[in-house]
Amino acid sequence: MSRIVVVGYGPTAHRLVETLTSKGFDGRITVIGEEPRPAYDRVALTSYLSGTTAEDLTYDVPAGTVTRLSTRVTGIDREARLVTLSDGGTEAYDVLVLATGSAPFVPPVPGAEHAFVYRTLEDLDAIRVAAKDAVEGVVVGGGLLGLEAADALRALGLKAHIVEMSPWLMPRQVDEGGGAVLKQHIEGLGLGVHAGAGVKEIVADENGQVIGLRKPDETLLDAQVVVFSAGIRPRDELARSSGLEVGERGGIVVDSAMLTSDPAIYAVGECALAGGMIYGLVGPCNTMAEVAADRIMGGSATFDGADMSTKLKLLGVEVAQFGSMTGALDVTYMDPVSGVYKKLFISDDAQTLLGGICVGDASPYTQLRPFVGKALPASPSDLLFSGAGANLDLPDEAQVCSCNNVCAGDIRTAIADKGCTDVPGLKACTRAGTTCGSCVPMLKQLLEKSGVEVSKALCEHFTYSRAELFDIVRVRNITTFSQLISEHGQGRGCDICKPVVASILASLHNGHVLEGERVTLQDTNDHFLANMQKNGTYSVVPRIPGGEITPEKLIVIGEVARDFGLYTKITGGQRIDLFGARVDQLPEIWRRLVEAGFESGHAYGKALRTVKSCVGSTWCRYGVQDSVGLAIALELRYRGLRSPHKLKSAVSGCARECAEARSKDFGIIATEKGWNLYVAGNGGFKPRHADLLAGDLSTEELIRTIDRFLMFYIRTADRLQRTATWLEALDGGLDYLREVIMEDSLGICADLDAQMEYHTATYADEWAATLDDPEKLSRFVSFVNAPGLPDPSIVFEQERGQIKPVMVR
Amino acid sequence: MSWTPICDFDKLLPERGVCALVDGRQVAVFRTFDGTLHALDNLDPFSGAYVLSRGIVGTRKGEPTVASPLHKQVFSLVSGVCLDEKDVSVPVYPVRVADGYVEVSV
Repeated sequence: MSRIVVVGYGPTAHRLVETLTSKGFDGRITVIGEEPRPAYDRVALTSYLSGTTAEDLTYDVPAGTVTRLSTRVTGIDREARLVTLSDGGTEAYDVLVLATGSAPFVPPVPGAEHAFVYRTLEDLDAIRVAAKDAVEGVVVGGGLLGLEAADALRALGLKAHIVEMSPWLMPRQVDEGGGAVLKQHIEGLGLGVHAGAGVKEIVADENGQVIGLRKPDETLLDAQVVVFSAGIRPRDELARSSGLEVGERGGIVVDSAMLTSDPAIYAVGECALAGGMIYGLVGPCNTMAEVAADRIMGGSATFDGADMSTKLKLLGVEVAQFGSMTGALDVTYMDPVSGVYKKLFISDDAQTLLGGICVGDASPYTQLRPFVGKALPASPSDLLFSGAGANLDLPDEAQVCSCNNVCAGDIRTAIADKGCTDVPGLKACTRAGTTCGSCVPMLKQLLEKSGVEVSKALCEHFTYSRAELFDIVRVRNITTFSQLISEHGQGRGCDICKPVVASILASLHNGHVLEGERVTLQDTNDHFLANMQKNGTYSVVPRIPGGEITPEKLIVIGEVARDFGLYTKITGGQRIDLFGARVDQLPEIWRRLVEAGFESGHAYGKALRTVKSCVGSTWCRYGVQDSVGLAIALELRYRGLRSPHKLKSAVSGCARECAEARSKDFGIIATEKGWNLYVAGNGGFKPRHADLLAGDLSTEELIRTIDRFLMFYIRTADRLQRTATWLEALDGGLDYLREVIMEDSLGICADLDAQMEYHTATYADEWAATLDDPEKLSRFVSFVNAPGLPDPSIVFEQERGQIKPVMVR
Repeated sequence: MSWTPICDFDKLLPERGVCALVDGRQVAVFRTFDGTLHALDNLDPFSGAYVLSRGIVGTRKGEPTVASPLHKQVFSLVSGVCLDEKDVSVPVYPVRVADGYVEVSV
């Protein structure tokens, strides 16, 4: 049995062991790592600061693998083929793999010992502690990782600065023009960019507390936290002391089989010097691990350099680079207004694509990277305008996923021969898209092109999604279901499409939901304007705007409940639910309620439910705004608004948030200066805190923003999609939402405003209208042939002084 | 076979149901879009509540259906068989129009 010992337990070591295990390696594998845990996902490192746990990031140890954690290898006895360990033990090997990784480079400047680095979970823990009492932070190094570190400091609440030696940021990925656009984006986020600047010293006070960074021109940048992210140095000290060949500037020399100068020792990952290069990206490191695993198993794979293309989104900006960064010819598209910079490098005969750079819009990366070294698929100017490259056919050998080296042909085989029909299936089958995920759009495209229908059809009657149906109804001004299904669907509908169309017609045209043909579309509850309970009886919820109610009205509710023998319960939305009404009792109950000034609470509808509130500045000694007044105004404005799913809201009068506004579809929290608006929160099965959409709004601005948020949601959401899942699925997320409804990037705000205006102008209480219509009222009977007879199957018993249903068969 | 009149045909809305009490039995009567009548037992076998007459009427692959208003199981209006769980079904009853009146037989 052969024994493999792996030194170092980072992602590359993990990939090596995983590959060996999955290929059926039957020897013994021992991995020795100096960190206290197995390998973890360093690409997602920054997410650790926003709540992802170490456990989430840590990879599972492949079955059968022996691990020795918190242990260093202190020496290699190449003669005896064993390694000595920091705990005094030894481990014998037949094959040794060095995956010792790299260490962050810390420039030898005075005070450097006070700075942090950004590589391990422990580094992040230390930065988090230091950031607690800090106001400003500096990252030294404006490369990929440096920007990520700056984003992390920002997420920790610091004013972040980036100091970069080169004249512009990310010099390995973008050229000067791209750097300028990138700088504009990053400064726009409030970060300080100091390009072309070095570090003279890290200044600390007598207690060792950092107070700033001194630049060579003697200016001092105030900062209490300094992070170095100025490149990596391969960890080759073990190889060096064991007499293995190392490069002049570091790195363990390997051949294309990943073998070092000792034929029993491989080196992979950031410690390896392959073809004179150190590779610091996950893709090439994974390939090295796979090559070594193949060789150990007797294969003949080789590592012949790697695609260093990068695509990432840092600080909300897309940056991508692929292929070469020089060429005989280049074509540039630049839009400083929207912050987009795209450049293609082309051969001197203008036939071959050599590479490209993108800032602000990385779509050329996805579309064109597979064409590097091949004939240009269209004219450069066509390719640079966004979307122009979207329909290109990829050659089979074009690499789709550079992290896992998967080509378009592999994806096509998985679809055609292995029956993959969706992105998760392709991920499981080919590993494409499982590391950085930037190729997922391309996977979707390949699926679509192969004829696999990614169905968005609502049901068998409509091939459209809800959002598409909404547009059809809106643009063609369709007013009935029959017209819609005869012109755009088939059959006669079902319990899925009918309520959807009912809701769309109600959102667009208002009007009574039980009018004409619309009565036949309504779901259970809308059909009788009440909530059906388990025994076929209904519950009744009158609207109590903002949860404020006079004693007189409270008494009416009590009297109605008593007179009709209803069970009463206070709801979570600050109103009162009356249970156990038979269908024939609903009109009598509502006649009493409407007479007392109540309206429908739409508890039965996919519509606005309640706007909950705390008591606010009127009574509360902490309140800073009138939360009850605002809640009532909002509830009255949006009452009756039909939507893809129910809508809940709340208003809190101060930051103590007693109304729990951040668990709502739209929640408002008072500030000293106005209102903060949070959107897309949810309680329920999968709770989600609402995101801050805009801060310190005036009441007028607030209402306009909510109007547009609701109308945009109603236009574009799927069937039964709450705002939380809608926002999560929205391409571009919160930033995009802001652009659409606050900056009018689609030019639809006037339309959204008009639609809400129409809603508020045409709202009418549907229970009052029903009571005035004998035809509608005549449907509220238990038996069509015995209208006065109560349903004998409805039986109650008593519990805690109130009724409860008994099921009888 | 004895027929019990329950209501005017015009009282039935297309694609909606009503419930009639016939000899102590609850019968759900539906009028489809083309005017055809169907009668099923009103008891939803899944929930034990008498509610099928209040479900949404539609079609599945051309077959007229009603969906239970409680948990949305779909039943054939022709056979009474639940199309989502084929071993569950509800009784179907003869129904006709005579002199403009809807009549059922239980």
